[in-house]
Amino acid sequence: MSVTPTLTGRRPAPLSLTTGLVGLVLAASLLSLSSGAAGLGPVDLARAALGEGLSPRDQVVFYGIRLPRLAMGLMVGAALAVAGTLLQGLFRNPLADPGIVGIGAGAGLGAVMAIVLGGALPPVLAAWAGAGLVPVAAFAGGWGATMLLYRVATAGGRTDVAMMLLAGIALAALAGAMTGVMVYMADDRQLRDLTFWSMGSLAGATWAKLAAALPLIGVALGLALRSGRGLNALALGEAQAHHLGVDVQRVKRGAIFGAAAATGAAVAISGGIGFVGIVVPHLLRLAQGPDHRRLMPQAALLGAALLVLADLMARTVVAPAEVPIGLVTALLGAPVFLWILLRQRGVVRG
Amino acid sequence: MLEICNLSARIDRHPILRDVTLTVRPGEVLAICGPNGAGKSTLLRAALGEMPATSGRVSLNGLDIAGMAPARMARLRAVLPQDTQVAFAFSVAEIVAMGQEAGDFAADAGLVARALAAVGLGAHAGRAFHTLSGGERQRTHLARALAQVWGPVGPDGARWLFLDEPVASLDLGHQLTVLRLARGFADAGGGVVAVMHDLNLSAMFADRMAFVVEGALVADGPPHEVMRADLLERAYGCRVAVNRLPATGPWLLPQACGPV
Repeated sequence: MSVTPTLTGRRPAPLSLTTGLVGLVLAASLLSLSSGAAGLGPVDLARAALGEGLSPRDQVVFYGIRLPRLAMGLMVGAALAVAGTLLQGLFRNPLADPGIVGIGAGAGLGAVMAIVLGGALPPVLAAWAGAGLVPVAAFAGGWGATMLLYRVATAGGRTDVAMMLLAGIALAALAGAMTGVMVYMADDRQLRDLTFWSMGSLAGATWAKLAAALPLIGVALGLALRSGRGLNALALGEAQAHHLGVDVQRVKRGAIFGAAAATGAAVAISGGIGFVGIVVPHLLRLAQGPDHRRLMPQAALLGAALLVLADLMARTVVAPAEVPIGLVTALLGAPVFLWILLRQRGVVRG
Repeated sequence: MLEICNLSARIDRHPILRDVTLTVRPGEVLAICGPNGAGKSTLLRAALGEMPATSGRVSLNGLDIAGMAPARMARLRAVLPQDTQVAFAFSVAEIVAMGQEAGDFAADAGLVARALAAVGLGAHAGRAFHTLSGGERQRTHLARALAQVWGPVGPDGARWLFLDEPVASLDLGHQLTVLRLARGFADAGGGVVAVMHDLNLSAMFADRMAFVVEGALVADGPPHEVMRADLLERAYGCRVAVNRLPATGPWLLPQACGPV
């Protein structure tokens, strides 16, 4: 890789990359809004924008289906990418991804428990929790899984990569088994809910679901954007981060909370979508280095664009049928994961 | 002033540090010496507050370090670690900039370049840290520490450099470069505390040498007072002959050493 010996020591013009990513998000959004099975194309939308208006049918397609689906793709993509970046900074290793290290499974268990056991809540409480119950439970499950994983895999500020991945497997298996128990307990209506939820798709987007997940994603993004300097310092080890003036415990708490909130929100509204959290930060680090202050906002942008494009692929390749979006992201992401693993071979501690 | 009062520390219930009392004044270089496993690094870590002390207290410029916020502490002192690993492919300049941002000199635009030039890495700013050799990594971290406390004297008094074996993986020329930097920092009014293995280099550059043996402070004074054969024989468990060149401090010839 060629390196420009500038004073900042970085490959040039980070601002233009951010600008490019904003452009990519806009382009992906327009493309997503103007394609679909209903035959509402870019020409119709351009006409509508010029003031001719949409037919009532097209209005339903646009405001009831395409716009919420786009919003959900943007939110989930940004959340997954930011969750991955936070976890990788926390564990000081580029292999940490909510799907791979069992945090997605923990969040999934929380969501399933909310769907199955939520019916047993007193009606007053259930009404009060409403649509927020599933995202909050998914967040709680993800948070518990992250805390457990951090305790197991990290000692004295050092993460053992093998321990992290193995503990992730154990966590995913445990959460999977408990999810199985929940499914076994579920009645017919809950089973239907579970099936829809677990397909891991953006197809079920509704404004109510989005509104329930938005606060969690907002909190996660806020924490992520503030954690940049702390995560940079953490790359030198906990003791050095402390000597660099960083409140280490606070940074760690924020990263764990943010990753769990983002994963929980994404899993609650879209099921499990893997590999976004590993591919996006990796590409950005290759492009311009690991500075988390730039990485966080750019990961959110690239994750949003990538997921919208993956969703576009998922619903157009075999239209009018749909491929699960998780298939698309896994096809793109799993090879990247293997590639990072190969490059890390021989590196004992990330 | 760095004041270490009756400091004791344990690791897994084994007492590693026993009742150490030590004072370092601004303008001084103190070398902490002693055999392997004597507790030198533990003394440094306990003095930095990196590990909890079982008793005793440490204050820096009159402020108890136990209650100080990390951000405030970072403007007063910088630490060169023994372990120089860094996760992710940060560039050399980015790592030095982390030190600069932690100190009082964040607005100084050319500081990263000057700190790197001071340690002889001026041409390495854009290199990825993980591609450097061991010695270059150590000097990068030294440049980071220097950029953090660039001015040896600040509004809250002297600034401090804590160095854990700063010349351990360096060749002779760079050993001298690094210790001259430390000496210069102290001569300009700052304070330096360094854990050192090399007695000759310590005697050359330090104002005082403190010998730690089995967790206790056994000697503390100017090199010509503490570099005594009887003391070193007890500390290191081997026969030594301390020699002297005309008009210089004491020195030690490893060739003249052998079993007791």
